[in-house]
Amino acid sequence: MMTGAEILIRCLQEEKVEHIFGYPGGAVLHIYDELFKQQEIKHVLVRHEQAAVHAADGYARSSQQVGVALVTSGPGATNAVTGIATAYMDSIPIVVISGQVPTQAIGMDAFQEVDMVGITRPCVKHNFLVKDVREIAPTVKKAFHIAKTGRPGPVVIDIPKDVTAEKCAFEYPQKFSMRSYNPIMKGHTGQIKKAAALLAKAKQPMILVGGGAVLSDASEALGRLVRHLGYPMSNTLMGIGAFPANDPLNLGMPGMHGTVESNMAIHHCDVLLAVGTRFGDRVIGNPAHFSGEPRKVIHIDIDPSSISKRVKVDVPIVGNVRDVLEELCVQLGESRPPEAQTAEWWKKIGEWRNKKSLKYKQPSDLIMPQYVVQKLHEITGGNAIVTTDVGQHQMWAAQYYGFERPRRWLTSGGLGTMGVGLPYAMGAAFANPGETVVCITGEASIQMCIQELSTARQFRLPVKIVCLNNRYLGMVRQWQEMFYGSRYSETYMDSLPDFVKLAEAYGHVGMRIERPEDVEPALKKAFGEHKDDLVFMDFITNREANVFPMVAAGKGLTEMILAEDL
Amino acid sequence: MRHIISILLENEAGALSRVCGLFSARAYNIESLNVAPTEDPSLSRISIVTRGSDDVLEQITKQLNKLVDVLRVVDLAEGPSLERELMLVKVRAEGEQREEAKRLTDIFRGSIIDVSDSAYVIQLAGSSAKLDAFIEALDASSILETVRTGACGLGRGGRILKA
Repeated sequence: MMTGAEILIRCLQEEKVEHIFGYPGGAVLHIYDELFKQQEIKHVLVRHEQAAVHAADGYARSSQQVGVALVTSGPGATNAVTGIATAYMDSIPIVVISGQVPTQAIGMDAFQEVDMVGITRPCVKHNFLVKDVREIAPTVKKAFHIAKTGRPGPVVIDIPKDVTAEKCAFEYPQKFSMRSYNPIMKGHTGQIKKAAALLAKAKQPMILVGGGAVLSDASEALGRLVRHLGYPMSNTLMGIGAFPANDPLNLGMPGMHGTVESNMAIHHCDVLLAVGTRFGDRVIGNPAHFSGEPRKVIHIDIDPSSISKRVKVDVPIVGNVRDVLEELCVQLGESRPPEAQTAEWWKKIGEWRNKKSLKYKQPSDLIMPQYVVQKLHEITGGNAIVTTDVGQHQMWAAQYYGFERPRRWLTSGGLGTMGVGLPYAMGAAFANPGETVVCITGEASIQMCIQELSTARQFRLPVKIVCLNNRYLGMVRQWQEMFYGSRYSETYMDSLPDFVKLAEAYGHVGMRIERPEDVEPALKKAFGEHKDDLVFMDFITNREANVFPMVAAGKGLTEMILAEDL
Repeated sequence: MRHIISILLENEAGALSRVCGLFSARAYNIESLNVAPTEDPSLSRISIVTRGSDDVLEQITKQLNKLVDVLRVVDLAEGPSLERELMLVKVRAEGEQREEAKRLTDIFRGSIIDVSDSAYVIQLAGSSAKLDAFIEALDASSILETVRTGACGLGRGGRILKA
């Protein structure tokens, strides 16, 4: 006989969980007591529950493991909600265990009681309230299975305190089945044949790759397919790293801040192969404008509801991206489409490329944020795991840090959650010991989870923080400049802390960099002599630099505003 | 267009709220909804009457299918189907109204299931449109209260929704 808490920890060990990010409290005291008594699972004490879930999320994004967070009831649970919703929007497999008040107290407005299952219902793949100690083991088994299979996502397990104290015999189910949950993995062969035929004949083909390719670890199959066809392609923000940035077939990121060549090719192609992407509004802009151009769309996605949701699809293929791509390679066979078939198309793409839509000028007296990202790429050899927060710096990181491999780029794409950068970096550091982890952030975003500098100190995480400090909520200010007559309503960050002193107060290394010629030496120092320290680099950048190209909200992909237009 | 969506799902705490939550979160409309366990008590069957374009209906069925507790979803409008709804109406039954209520109930093949000096309770089953027609036929001032279950339905012939 074991207590519920003991059973829970044993289950997590059975699931090969090595790290849990969490914060203790009344409802999870029994669980923390069991954690104390064992060695296998390492608990990472964060300083705020939101960061626990973000760190578990970053852990999952940067590895192929399910991230795990543990929080107490009430405020612990509500603090976790932003993290859960962030993981949900980007389909990240995490399991969040929340304590609940004792069964008898549920519904009595007990101290630190909140209806966690009710609150999280719209932003989880599934959730459970465990009311019987005998249900703990099967529930944990189901939770991990649901989180990582099909379209991945967060699963919440809410456990009342008394259930963690009750006892029963422990047996971890090795096999189980759920009659109501059987995700489709293999694509329909007939549909894949149709796709192969369309692709083989395409004169103006384009391949659009989203986060599904990263989540299903499809990079190898994707690389084979793209290179076999020799067709142009583009990784969305969530797909970054699925196919290498330096390959000439890669036209760069599409969408609201995408390159001219990528957006034009997506709009004007005759066959679009969309791979694990949901045609989000940031990727294709106005769907009516997008649909104005005749083209055949092939859409591979594991989630049937992503297909024909925003864009009409001609050849839907429901299945796991990697499995479908592998079969598509088989169906395409040995013969390659002749180069002449797409020569005209590549010529057009060359013209769009010549616009050099990402070019910018680095003046001698002001640091351009793009320049910092490019130098960072140089000095880290493009090999760092890069996390970001949300805003202008996020877009510059996506545009200028060329990613060659998947799971090296951790960003909140769907929910756009400021504050994820530092906790993501923590999660990535635990999942990838010895790897270089960089958090590119802004002076506003970093303050949303700044308390985690303390966690990073406790665990000696040598994360490098690259803060592009423009003293504005830059992205909001950019919109205000462009669409609200430069009325900068509440986007001025007054009374900023001295980040150098702040970093030092937490026991880290702080640097302020104010001149362009100091960028490279500072980065070299941070990644050289301070390799093993957390270094907070506060880059004082050009205040009013904007992110270009830009497709304004509600506009079509071809209606880009370029830097030179202004 | 009006559709009846039939959903077979696990008869578990919270399963119904997952379905309702999905409809409100994605701004689908619910005209009526009913739910009860099936002959297999571990399963419940929900019937939802909704309206929307073909695109919206496609999304509704796909999103419902995504819920982990849901086993099967069918849009009954996709083939020949039957529909029934139950209504109870309490009407004033005094003087001439008493006779008229009885007559209308017979015409609509309903039954009077409660009788008092001043009121009848009429039970009527049929398609939602038939129930609407009955309400229409009654003298509005004679209606004291009504309650309706919302429509439920089954596919005709060999169309079967089973786990």
